[in-house]
Amino acid sequence: MSEQNASWKEYIKESMLPQMWCSGCGNGIVLGALARAMAKLNLEKNKVVVVTGIGCWGKADDYFTCSALHGTHGRALAFATGVKAANPELDVIVLMGDGDGVTIGGNHLIHAARRNIDLTVVLLNNNNYGMTGGQASALTPLGMVTSTTKYGNPERDLDICSLVDAAGANYVARGTVYHVPQLDKLISDGINKKGFSFIEALSPCPTHFGRRNKLGDAVKMVKTLKENAVNVNSSQAQEGDLKEGSFLIGKLAERYDDDFNTAYEKIRQKIKTK
Amino acid sequence: MNGQESSKVFMQGNAAIAEGAVAAGARFYAGYPITPSSEVAELASQKMLETGGVYVQMEDELGSIAAVIGAALTGKKAFTATSGPGFSLMQENLGVAILGEVPCVVVNVQRSGPSTGLATKPAQADVMQACWGRHGDQLVIVLTPASVQECFDLTVTAFNLSEQFRVPVILLADEIVGHMREAITLPRPEELKVVNRKKPDCAAEKYLPFSPSSDGVPPLASFGSDYIFHITSSMHGESGYSQNDPANAGEKIKRLFSKIEDRLDEFVLYKHYYDLQEDLDLLIITFGCTTRPARAAAMRVGDKKIGVLQLITMWPFPDKIVAQAAAKTRAILVPELNLGQVIREVERVAGKQTPVYGLHKSNGEGFKPSEIIARIEEVTK
Repeated sequence: MSEQNASWKEYIKESMLPQMWCSGCGNGIVLGALARAMAKLNLEKNKVVVVTGIGCWGKADDYFTCSALHGTHGRALAFATGVKAANPELDVIVLMGDGDGVTIGGNHLIHAARRNIDLTVVLLNNNNYGMTGGQASALTPLGMVTSTTKYGNPERDLDICSLVDAAGANYVARGTVYHVPQLDKLISDGINKKGFSFIEALSPCPTHFGRRNKLGDAVKMVKTLKENAVNVNSSQAQEGDLKEGSFLIGKLAERYDDDFNTAYEKIRQKIKTK
Repeated sequence: MNGQESSKVFMQGNAAIAEGAVAAGARFYAGYPITPSSEVAELASQKMLETGGVYVQMEDELGSIAAVIGAALTGKKAFTATSGPGFSLMQENLGVAILGEVPCVVVNVQRSGPSTGLATKPAQADVMQACWGRHGDQLVIVLTPASVQECFDLTVTAFNLSEQFRVPVILLADEIVGHMREAITLPRPEELKVVNRKKPDCAAEKYLPFSPSSDGVPPLASFGSDYIFHITSSMHGESGYSQNDPANAGEKIKRLFSKIEDRLDEFVLYKHYYDLQEDLDLLIITFGCTTRPARAAAMRVGDKKIGVLQLITMWPFPDKIVAQAAAKTRAILVPELNLGQVIREVERVAGKQTPVYGLHKSNGEGFKPSEIIARIEEVTK
């Protein structure tokens, strides 16, 4: 590892560009944030495994120059758990969307956080299933229109950061594609943090969610993210005090509990010294 | 048990599976407990800690097989054990292991169903699920043990074949065999044939994880080594990146079949309890827990020449062995603890020239020799 920070370009596979996402999609911004975080930490490419699920954001592994495992819908965390538990030396970064990571994959998310396995999740929340055609997910807010909730969503959405915090993750944060330098830092801090790290990245889907809900173009949607975000560092506000539609961004929870591999090794040492 | 001598031990079938896995080099287990396979997990949780491996109790079977695949890609030999309902949950991700050519072993200690059914009672009704459970065109290897010794030996074989062919191997046991206790011989480590996956030896930047060598099986690197590679559940080319053109897809699927089928003769395992040169009045074709009562029945019916052929490699189906045996018998009897799964394969191979009779039971009980004797008398009248 050199003293000099690596260039983010080393982590992006240029031959795969341009990216396949719709115009105005925020995925590319999160991709850049992740590449810059990897560069800032000088990660050794052959020690990084990017694990993805299914969906728009699940295609992100194609653009990285490190190893990757693209699994099935909702199961990215379970694949990643096997990778990390079997080889603790690896930096394992898990990329999931809200449909993939929370809706179908919610059970794995709760248990990966409880197990405190040393993974870094970058969960891209665009409030709907983009790749499948804009259907409702568990993070589609109440009343919003999607291709499967044409008269409004009858179900409430989940505050996924609170859930992951309650499940015991060592690091929980939320960022947006407007607040890019902060998102870079939240991701690099998450990778650096031992134990389960979870970063929710709010990102617009103008093609489906924005269009159906008349939220304007991509620029308007990003501006809305800017206006509704309340930084935890610059505010005493609690999630409950926020006005409707607003949300906290920044580091939301931090713990220093042993990660799974450390806890497992401690037990192994105990039986050795018996 | 860890000494240098081969040793005679009294052991349960499920315990022999866990011992066999450790002997074969397994150092990762992810699973979710389910009767009648749970003893495999219980022993694995202990053995993995003791041998430097890792045990993870996952939240469900979908996650268990996914974790096994992730671990296998770091270079570990990885396995899981389950029973019918859990095996159903593993099917989707078994497809990932097939298309991604990831070696791993899945033990299914069958129980009665459908659904929760008679949860702790024996059955052999997952044969077709093991062979065909996944969607899409695909091929796995299925092995069926009939004794505690075979539980040990075939678990080692399962790991060896999975490593050799980069394919998931299913050890299809059943409740009777899994919970049976008997004396077995554990070989010395040097007596044991252990196969490890082929690793790449090319320059790191030249590595293509799906470029087959002469035997149709590509070398497999490990995550964390000098080789950087992509594994995807989507159709892919030799580089491991998605590739959707029909020519590539057709070739890939064909290779996944031919890498196994072309070498089937090397690992068709079976046992025959009769002289193969002899002409028979009746051949009983068995697998797993039907073997012992069938042998007892064959011995007790003294006035007819009756042979017992035990199928061990169940999938790909051993057409050649069954056809050869069928040519030397007047009739075939297939007893199985289901309403007719293996008999259809036997009829496909031998039914045109040899009458094939079934004996089927699906009430959560095993066969008694007397039931098989009664059926023998009916069909050889």
